[in-house]
Amino acid sequence: MIDLVGYGAFFLVNALIFGVICLGLNLQWGQTGLFNVGVAGFVAIGAYASAILTTPETADRIGGFDWPILAGWLAAMLLAGGAAALIGLATLRLRADYLAMTTFGIAVTIQVVALNATGLTGGPFGIAFIPRPFAGLAETPIAFNAANLALTGAVTLGLFLLLEMLTRSPFGRVLRAIREDEAAAASLGKSVNFYRLQAFALGGAIMGLAGAMQAHFIGFIAPDNYLSILTFQAWAMLIVGGSGNNRGALIGAVVVWALWSLSSLAVGSFVAPAFQARAAALQIVAIGVALAAILIIRPRGLIGERAIVSRDVEAMAGEAGTD
Amino acid sequence: MSLQFLADGLFAGALIGLGAVGLTLTYSILRFSNFTHGDFISWGAYLTLAIVGGIAGVIAPAGRFMPFSFGWPLIVAGLLAMALTGLLALLLDSALFKPLRRTGHGIVMVIASFGASLALRALLEFLFTSEPAYFSRAIQIAVPLGLGIRVTPDQMAMMGLALVVVIAMHLLLTRTHIGRSMRAVSENPALARVVGIDVAAVIRATWLIGGALACVSGIMLGITVQIRPQMGFDLLLPLFAAAILGGIGSVWGAILGGLIVGIAEAAAVQWVGAEFRSAVAFVLLIAVLLIRPRGLFGVREG
Repeated sequence: MIDLVGYGAFFLVNALIFGVICLGLNLQWGQTGLFNVGVAGFVAIGAYASAILTTPETADRIGGFDWPILAGWLAAMLLAGGAAALIGLATLRLRADYLAMTTFGIAVTIQVVALNATGLTGGPFGIAFIPRPFAGLAETPIAFNAANLALTGAVTLGLFLLLEMLTRSPFGRVLRAIREDEAAAASLGKSVNFYRLQAFALGGAIMGLAGAMQAHFIGFIAPDNYLSILTFQAWAMLIVGGSGNNRGALIGAVVVWALWSLSSLAVGSFVAPAFQARAAALQIVAIGVALAAILIIRPRGLIGERAIVSRDVEAMAGEAGTD
Repeated sequence: MSLQFLADGLFAGALIGLGAVGLTLTYSILRFSNFTHGDFISWGAYLTLAIVGGIAGVIAPAGRFMPFSFGWPLIVAGLLAMALTGLLALLLDSALFKPLRRTGHGIVMVIASFGASLALRALLEFLFTSEPAYFSRAIQIAVPLGLGIRVTPDQMAMMGLALVVVIAMHLLLTRTHIGRSMRAVSENPALARVVGIDVAAVIRATWLIGGALACVSGIMLGITVQIRPQMGFDLLLPLFAAAILGGIGSVWGAILGGLIVGIAEAAAVQWVGAEFRSAVAFVLLIAVLLIRPRGLFGVREG
């Protein structure tokens, strides 16, 4: 029973970190309509930045600056956001497909750098001994997982509330206006590309934060964590939950991660070792088909987007109703 | 300094170019960047491999055409696999992209293609495992051509094949009815429909041709390197770079773009190091988007 609670906390920490990635993706795609196929790349930038800055000094690679974890997280956001801003500067003025191709390219390139710039990233062996929050509790896994769940939950909740505020603010309205009708937004005097750039950079920074959170929770990172399957998982979560809705992004993350973990567990325990690689491949096929089916049958996802109007308009509508 | 990188680059470039032609056609006619195109390449190679295996099992194993590593079964299998890969693309269209064309807007199709790409790739891993496979284990002796350049007979045969395919594509697009219809739809779909062009037939032809071309580059890659479920997906970034570099919709542009990407990659392997090869396409892609987003032969921003 205690084991189960401990696993539950462990599961939820992982699911919420995915939730943070989805919140970033929701800001980019759900709110602003910017298509990012390089989610894994931005997560990787955050993870590596924080890992390099916070690990104790090591002989065989640059870095190991022994910074506090929080400083690592902030640097992760800054670097991932900066990378997103650079990509945005190059491609946001062009048609949407070019952004898709470029973000795909940056994810591939970051993977290549992580794998080969051994002096900085540890190469294929990755970076170990990343300081973990509440490492003092590591003796009792349940306390360790619970403390981390509290921390991850607090960060996720804070981010969620911030993004909800942003969604309702004039800034959020401009983003949705751009998504729905670029020409109309421009004709109202909104600088379309500047708003897009801000949303894209902010989303990238949030993904970087998620990468750092994950790196510090697990304590070890390697290039294989950031393959295109990660991007795919984030997209599946957002689409299942309902893009355009922050609550949907979080629920989608928990639901899809639960399905993913359960099916991995089933593959691990019911399939003979010789066939496990094949069963895992089939698991990916199933998720891919499910994603396509949701896009066709229920494009809104589980929750879908709510129409959000200005508070003032809502108040006026309320007054009109009482008259 | 050895000029070997030029020969290697031209060969890789021809292969990238053939893939990029299919990509640029689907992009200009269906108006979305198709992330499954790389996986059509892998499927083409595996389908060919499966048919070659079938021929060797049912009829007796055939000899090979010296000095090449392959015999007639590969040619028969390649032709069959081209048709099958085209059908696979058509099937995917009717199951996935056609319903989305009716409801969703363009970028939703890109998401769908990204999901389908992963599923297609995982299906190959399920069917054939991720162990690399080979058409032939025969060892090829590279022939010196002068200037320090050596190529294998297989590479020369594949270059010839690429040339034939490109010329055939050019004739198809300029001399046949369906080719002219395809160009009309890519220029202006609404107007094409008004003048009575069967847009559904054009879309079918685009998928068939794109799939068949992807299969050819899969065979080229399979014969000269190896066959893996990831092979096509790993090629996707060079394909995008080549298609954009050449200008979306331009067949000759895609070929030229492919050759430039291939030679740049080979040069990087020689002077920078093989490990950073896959970053070259990205650098080229960014450079084109910054300097000349419509590419070398592109007409205008859509």
